[in-house]
Amino acid sequence: MPEGILCNKQVVDTKEKLDALLADKSGKQYYSEMKQLDVDAKALWATLQKTCKSRMRTWLEICAHCGMCADSCFFYLANNRDPKQVPSYKIQSTLGEMIRRRGNVDNDFMHMVMDTAWSKCSCCNRCATYCPFGIDMGVMFGYVRGLCFSQGFVPWELKIGSGMHRIYNAQMDITSEDWVDTCEWMAEEYEEDWPGLEIPVDKENADIIYTVNAREPKHYPEDLAEAAILFHIAGENWTVPSQGWEETSLAMFAGDWGACKIQVESVYAAMDRLKPKRMVVTECGHAYRATVLEGPYWAGIKSGKTPVESFHYVEWVAEALRTGKLKVDPAKRIKEPVTYQDSCNYVRNGGLGDYAREIMSYIAEDFREMKPCKEHNFCCGGGGGLNGIGRYRQERNIGLTVKRDQILATGAKLVVAPCHNCWDAIRDLEEIYKIGIRWTFLKPLLLSMVEVPEHLLPKDE
Amino acid sequence: MYELVTGPLAWIAFGIFVVGLLYRLVWYIRGLNWQMDRVTYTVNIAYGIRGALRSIFFWLMPFGTHGWRFYPGFTILVFIFHICLLFTPVFLTGHNVLLLERWGFSLPTLPEGLADGMTLALIVAAVFIILRRIALPEVRIITKPYDFLVLAIAVAPFVTGFLAYHQVGNYDFWIVAHVLSGEIMLVAIPFTKLSHFLLFFLSRAQLGMDYGIKRGGMKNKGMAW
Repeated sequence: MPEGILCNKQVVDTKEKLDALLADKSGKQYYSEMKQLDVDAKALWATLQKTCKSRMRTWLEICAHCGMCADSCFFYLANNRDPKQVPSYKIQSTLGEMIRRRGNVDNDFMHMVMDTAWSKCSCCNRCATYCPFGIDMGVMFGYVRGLCFSQGFVPWELKIGSGMHRIYNAQMDITSEDWVDTCEWMAEEYEEDWPGLEIPVDKENADIIYTVNAREPKHYPEDLAEAAILFHIAGENWTVPSQGWEETSLAMFAGDWGACKIQVESVYAAMDRLKPKRMVVTECGHAYRATVLEGPYWAGIKSGKTPVESFHYVEWVAEALRTGKLKVDPAKRIKEPVTYQDSCNYVRNGGLGDYAREIMSYIAEDFREMKPCKEHNFCCGGGGGLNGIGRYRQERNIGLTVKRDQILATGAKLVVAPCHNCWDAIRDLEEIYKIGIRWTFLKPLLLSMVEVPEHLLPKDE
Repeated sequence: MYELVTGPLAWIAFGIFVVGLLYRLVWYIRGLNWQMDRVTYTVNIAYGIRGALRSIFFWLMPFGTHGWRFYPGFTILVFIFHICLLFTPVFLTGHNVLLLERWGFSLPTLPEGLADGMTLALIVAAVFIILRRIALPEVRIITKPYDFLVLAIAVAPFVTGFLAYHQVGNYDFWIVAHVLSGEIMLVAIPFTKLSHFLLFFLSRAQLGMDYGIKRGGMKNKGMAW
């Protein structure tokens, strides 16, 4: 059974394995090894028998082949209504076929399944809301990704990403020391402008434990500073954990369920250790989905809830504006037309659409809804890990056109996108299609318009 | 022949129909797993029931969901087809006469003209559903011969019943064909896609519980289907 050195059925759980993968530029060797990778049909069939139970079997069996899922899929729309992009077709020709063949599939087939599961579905779950039988092809493709991962057929970047989670408890190589250093650095950096500004690490019994996306400390540390300043202005008693601070889960995108469990348990351990009243997650959609919505199930928590109640950043902002902890200077509200990108992960699949509207009612004078919006909004085009996979860059870029046209139709030049994936996708679509838009997280917007209480201003002013 | 198909065969058909569906019900529920499905079915039960009922209710309403409203033409076909399919046989005068003779009770009945019209409407809807299947590339690609077979099984009792009622050709032939095709449909329900007779409700309830419990139902007014 040929297994590659880089591309194989093993998980990445040592720094040596991780470094070897990282050294393989663009995954060239990795993907060439994948062409030789054997399929363990017996194991695949055993997994299918054990885990593909009545819910999914029923979905596959009763699908009436009505095609009502077609127009729900942004990939279908973006690819000139290519029938091969109909969600029902995509799942029947992959998972459906795998079951019909009792797991007896070959390398070519698995390549096709991998390409479908990652480049033709972002697991946005929109099709589920358009199927009369409630068949959720996004859920099924999430499951298919797990099958692919177990057989070693997973995009290079996501194999690396899931390895990062196993080794660093973060999607990037950031150690606990790096993270704490970044917190200290940011607090110092902004202390002059904000006397008394702190980023309290490992404070017990705080009202809020704040957790982030590893990209923030790695690439956008000022995001962390902005979060700190807003908590400071709002007078929150908050903290960050030195360990278990990472909310995201490339492991979820990869279908590495073992790594998913390891990752969320690191966050739950921080909750148990520091006993905060509640958790607030940064402006990231899949982080909220992974750690707050799905995580308790990976960790085997029978209530289905995180150890302390958890909130997405938009919930905290809406609450802070509602209760007056944050006050917007009316003169500084956004005057130009502005639209809002509903993230699949916390709006369609998290039910938080109304909080977003509440926020916009405080900060914008000419808020324009995309059509469709809220639970029915289209994926940004970069969800499900797609933004980060080089192999599928072309497919991703085509998919972006649906979001591009939706934004253009609003007439707004500013897009509020409180989700890292959406933010990236919209940045990239501007880079590629040049439609003259700007995009932003909530934090910098809020900082530009909140009233700062007198006692928090620097004394020398 | 008539005695055979309306006697022992009818009993067998109804027996298979009921037992088969019961088996489906038990199999479906036993196959659910809170951790694998990632839905705490039995913990957050009130949210689950609310989510399930909303999920079923809105999808039973014509134009009650974004999906139904997106495809108005097909929605009309689907509802005409299903309403006629379910109501015509149950409230048909002929069937209720039989029911009264055999079991001593009957249900309210539809005026015969209306029942006739509903039968025709169902057949016409089926024709358009078939044409749509062939005409639209996004439907054609997922269509299999099996889909036509299932539709034929569902429509056959109506075509044969219509011909028998209007005594087109040999009545004795059509009435036996009608009863037989009805029995074939009953038997096919648990074993084919027609199992959505039951599984529609279970599958919708399951996704409704998913949305009602995990995917936002505890924080919002309920999924806007």
